[in-house]
Amino acid sequence: MSGRSRFRRRQRVFRWVTLTLLLAFFVLPLLGMLEFTVQGPGGNGRSLETWRTLADVSQISLEYPALKEGFLASVGLAVVTPLVMLVLLVPTMTWVRLRLPGLSRTVEFVCLLPLTVPAIVLVVGLTPVYAWVYYLLGSSTMWLALAYVVLVLPYAYRSLDAGLRAIDVRTLSEAARSLGAGWLTVMWRVVLPNLRTAVLSASFLSVALVLGEFTIASLFSKKNLQVAMYELGKSDAKISVAVGLSALVFGFVVLFAMSFVGTRPAGAGRVNRLRRRRSQETP
Amino acid sequence: MADTTVARPAGALRRLRPSGALAGVVPFFAYTTVFLLIPTLVVAIGAFLDGSNRFTLGNVSALTQPAVVRGLVQSVVLSAVTSVVGAVVGAVLAYAVSTARAGSVTQRFFTSLCGVLAQFGGVALAFAFIASFSAQGLLSVLVSKVGLDTGAGLWLYEWDRGLMLVYLYFQIPLMLIVFLPAVEGLRPQWREATETLGGTTWTYWRRVAGPILLPSFVGATLLLFTNAFSAYSTAKALVPQANPLLPLQIGSSLSSEVILGQENVGKAMALEMVVVVAIVMGLYAWLDRRAGRWTSR
Repeated sequence: MSGRSRFRRRQRVFRWVTLTLLLAFFVLPLLGMLEFTVQGPGGNGRSLETWRTLADVSQISLEYPALKEGFLASVGLAVVTPLVMLVLLVPTMTWVRLRLPGLSRTVEFVCLLPLTVPAIVLVVGLTPVYAWVYYLLGSSTMWLALAYVVLVLPYAYRSLDAGLRAIDVRTLSEAARSLGAGWLTVMWRVVLPNLRTAVLSASFLSVALVLGEFTIASLFSKKNLQVAMYELGKSDAKISVAVGLSALVFGFVVLFAMSFVGTRPAGAGRVNRLRRRRSQETP
Repeated sequence: MADTTVARPAGALRRLRPSGALAGVVPFFAYTTVFLLIPTLVVAIGAFLDGSNRFTLGNVSALTQPAVVRGLVQSVVLSAVTSVVGAVVGAVLAYAVSTARAGSVTQRFFTSLCGVLAQFGGVALAFAFIASFSAQGLLSVLVSKVGLDTGAGLWLYEWDRGLMLVYLYFQIPLMLIVFLPAVEGLRPQWREATETLGGTTWTYWRRVAGPILLPSFVGATLLLFTNAFSAYSTAKALVPQANPLLPLQIGSSLSSEVILGQENVGKAMALEMVVVVAIVMGLYAWLDRRAGRWTSR
């Protein structure tokens, strides 16, 4: 017994030493950012000027129109990209599972392909495609969402695939169909609610990726939040560092909150428990 | 017998339907063709075409120019070093986090923090280091107090020192996210079984946990490699003018004036990147299948 408790104590010490050291490594540069933004003029004293400017919405949009433009574009992209992704992936993946299981390897391959095509390479290949997009649809920043959907495909595919694996789509849809539901109803009222957690996590991954995206926007000369921040860094370092820090903190808060929301949907746990019991009973 | 007769009409029906069923996947394949397959083909084919669309090997032979070779070598070295160091440190971190109670605030805190640093980053992460090591920055003051000379902070902008440090800042968190599920798959019963059989902690790691984790560990390291190899924004924000890495060279080949006869060298460099990443990802896929034996349940 004493061996076990000694082991537990050693493990606790190891945990706290490791976590503290790495936390210091992670947090020190962020503190450095914060400290940089509150430095007074000429590096003397402290001043909250930067944060006061950032908090004043009317002033910031007046003095830094590029920042406002980039922020609004990123927010728009962060809404459109997950929507296009879900409309494209959820019905396709469900449909393949139900009716075309032979195609599942192909769909998986296509979805995971962007992992081997870095964003910078995609930019090179997308240049002629976007020449057409601009020609046909006009040169709005929003069309970047079409490329971003490709970037988020692998991550979205994985979480949706895990979600679909956890529910019995076939039984659910057959039950709904036998009660007279059309395919649209099956999608909207049966599959989607059951995939809630997977859909949420796929969407949040997409949002995080879109808000952090720089490569494609910058090389297509479009202004999103990251590009605006990057360009502002050349002229007004303090504001851009403050924006960068706010973005990181915002991202952290969202993910942290998500980790409490996403883990335990009331229904899924019960279904899984049922399934586990059933699989134990079958020899 | 009765089963087959009942099943036949359904089977016949299914055989009739596919043409209709295929329509359901048309939007997906149309979209990915336009925005994924065509771009990939543009790169793959364009690498072998000259300015007037005739076949040439000129772009590929331009890859042997010293500057381009240096870019590739430095990219590979940077990615290899940061992926190995990041994987080792990240694995220790993942194990430490996994020993906390499942679902505890510590675990949620670290996975969220690492999620942000690994995926959100880019420009902001570069800014964090630029600000911290600026003349009056927090870390340069701290380091000079310890007595180290940082040489006016110029080391931060060199690919084999500062860039490596900043890359580790998103590689270690990525390792935690990728490796945590594998570490959490270790069952306490395995350790207990080792102890029952008279094994020490060392035996457990050497003979039980180590071999089980090895495929996941190597796979995660390869994933980290491709992550660093394809990263563009962090390096761009840290060294906007110089082009020490392959992605930066591709970027500048797109945005700068093209020299006659060199129009498609950027595509050849892009193809070179895809080849390197594809080799590494192929290895990863193979290892992932092996690792799956122990984690899928």
